[in-house]
Amino acid sequence: MHSMKLTASALAIAALSAGAAAARDQVQVAGSSTVLPYASIVAEAFGENFDFPTPVVESGGSSAGLKRFCEGVGENTIDIANASRAIKESEVKACADAGVTDIIEVRIGYDGIVFASQLNGPAYDAFEPADIFNALGAKVLVDGKLVDNTYTQWSEFNANLPAEDILAFIPGTKHGTREVFEEKVIVAGCEATGAFEAYMAENGGDKKAAASACMELRTDAKSVDIDGDYTETLARIDANANGIGVFGLAFYENNTDKLKVATISGVEATTETIASGDYPVSRPLYFYVKKAHIGVIPGLKEYAEFFVSDDMAGPDGPLSEYGLVSDPELADTQSMVSDEQTMGQSM
Amino acid sequence: MTDAATPMPGATPGKRSSGSLLELDARTRKRNAAEARFKIYGIIAIGIGLLFLVALLFAIVRNGTPAFTQTFISIPVELDEAKLDKTGNRDREEMAKVTTFGYAPLVDTALAKALADKGIENPFEKEKDLRKLVSDSAASQIRDVVLADPALVGQTVEFRLLAASRVDGYMKDRVTRESLARDKNLDAAHLDLVDAMADKGLLAKSFNWDFVFGADASEKRPEQAGIGVAMMGSFFMMLVVLFLALPIGVAASIYLEEFAPKSRWTDLIEVNISNLAAVPSIVFGILGLAVFIQFAELPQSAPIVGGLVLTLMTLPTIIISTRASLKAVPPSIRDAALGVGASKMQSVFHHVLPLAMPGILTGTIIGLAQALGETAPLLLIGMVGFIASNYPDGFTDGFLSPNSAMPAQIYEWAKRADPAYYERAWGGIIILLLFLMTMNIIAIILRRKFERRW
Repeated sequence: MHSMKLTASALAIAALSAGAAAARDQVQVAGSSTVLPYASIVAEAFGENFDFPTPVVESGGSSAGLKRFCEGVGENTIDIANASRAIKESEVKACADAGVTDIIEVRIGYDGIVFASQLNGPAYDAFEPADIFNALGAKVLVDGKLVDNTYTQWSEFNANLPAEDILAFIPGTKHGTREVFEEKVIVAGCEATGAFEAYMAENGGDKKAAASACMELRTDAKSVDIDGDYTETLARIDANANGIGVFGLAFYENNTDKLKVATISGVEATTETIASGDYPVSRPLYFYVKKAHIGVIPGLKEYAEFFVSDDMAGPDGPLSEYGLVSDPELADTQSMVSDEQTMGQSM
Repeated sequence: MTDAATPMPGATPGKRSSGSLLELDARTRKRNAAEARFKIYGIIAIGIGLLFLVALLFAIVRNGTPAFTQTFISIPVELDEAKLDKTGNRDREEMAKVTTFGYAPLVDTALAKALADKGIENPFEKEKDLRKLVSDSAASQIRDVVLADPALVGQTVEFRLLAASRVDGYMKDRVTRESLARDKNLDAAHLDLVDAMADKGLLAKSFNWDFVFGADASEKRPEQAGIGVAMMGSFFMMLVVLFLALPIGVAASIYLEEFAPKSRWTDLIEVNISNLAAVPSIVFGILGLAVFIQFAELPQSAPIVGGLVLTLMTLPTIIISTRASLKAVPPSIRDAALGVGASKMQSVFHHVLPLAMPGILTGTIIGLAQALGETAPLLLIGMVGFIASNYPDGFTDGFLSPNSAMPAQIYEWAKRADPAYYERAWGGIIILLLFLMTMNIIAIILRRKFERRW
């Protein structure tokens, strides 16, 4: 009958798909949403200039991307994982367990993390890591003792800051940015205020315990975790004049009409200060290539080489125009990619 | 009943109220007032609903319409042989080695020349500074034309190039001189040039077909991004949903409604179908990832997987509406068919199903519309990101090659940093709404035209 014909044709389509699924001709990439814009710029230019189809770049976060990367080898798994942090030992092990043993680690450059607030809002012009820690830490050091954080205004611990209610929008725990924020701002501030020493004394000299105690943030709604993207942080800043938000440098540079940025430890975030290492809050960005897929998936190696070429990732290339801080050691990375050097092999 | 003997308050038997019928007593007035109040509440509720609807539509139209126009720069570009074809033998293979980076300087020179020809003063010393006016897509646009017809090298060809997104924003009053003060993408001096160029007719806004039919673009060139490829993705997904969900759903409902014996099992199945209809769509996404991609090894990000996931999501909707419309066919039709000697199956397929068809189609279209607007399950099967960059080559490829879908594309645009993408996200919503409205209107027309009441 009629509906049976429909079912038959539907089944035919399904069968057809299973057969044709065997041949994949484009590179598949997934991972960090921080790397996504750069990867999409490269993918677009790659599709235009080479006879390969434009690679597909999915977002979803560094951890999610690496997890999919480590699912195994085969056309049904992704070829490249983008990450805004280095791959962890546990992830390398998970990869190896699934048969993904040869991984090429490619560092594409650096990304700065900035503290920005409403353009016409309060004068949040200069922060020290200590200020951020005092504002957001669960416990702070007052008169040599660790006490629960009761600060409500910035000016209470630093007279140079405006007398405004504390409100910070920070990346949620699923973001790679959160890790950098904790390590380079919160723990640094913890050390600078002396709270680190106090935590060390409390934990019997255990550095790791002290550091994780430092990373405890206050839970009275002064520090708000943003699990969405920077656009959500921007919307929150738009609605709260006294709020400060954590952004990637590239995002800020595309929204200078709404945001102003604060210096950290007296250094302004620019591509120069980040490249020289003067600006304290920055991190390297990576992508990881499955070596087993090179030669199987057409265009994979060409894409990786094109990504780190001077035309793309160099100091005058489109990536640095968009906000990526070019890696001074790009030449080494280029030769590493062309030699297909995997992790663990001597450089 | 002994209660009847007890006198009702205010209505003592034998002593009827002496007031006139025309004059309302206190209780009647109270009841009437309660009714009037209830009517007002109802009107207020509808009013609030309408207000939200109007506010929503206003916001969508206001924010979205700019995406449908785009600023273009029309200039003659000299296709310099020394740069594009060094050997001079017009060999396509060899010319393809000149990348888009090699084409970019042509645009700079052409712009500087066009400005000089029109007598516009160029405030920049380096030609390269002019490049910020034009979209990054210009170089690849010229390269595509040249590679398609190598004979053009050496000639001067008129090109209509996209203006950069900041220039376009200025033409749409989104970007102002003040807002450019700290922006490294464009300077105020560029805007003076833009004004002069618009004056001389080099630069103009026009309807942007590329937004409707184009592919997604990277973050550096929002001016080039379009929703066309994602639309194809949605189209192929809907095909899968239609050709799977409709026959399966209708067959299941006919069996349950007409043939299945009433037993514990059928009750259980019925309850579960109703439960499935209420399952959050993200759950179907996880299921799709586990079953279709990881177990059945279907390709990632492919519309066929999206379609299968959405089929699961739409099935309960279709089954429920089909069963309702089968139930609405009066038993006398079945009895009459059986009475003249038709088999059970003949009575169903010759008489009941045709009469239930309008209801089934309406339910299907509404189910499809629901599936068309769904984003959550697509997040998990890899259909969000920079994906909709190529049109599928042919029919099978449409099901299998990675693609996005309209709502997923809108979600992706809303996340991106450049403010120009925000406008495109709203524009995408307008297109999606047009589709949904068309489908719903078709459903209404079908129902109006073919529905029979008994």
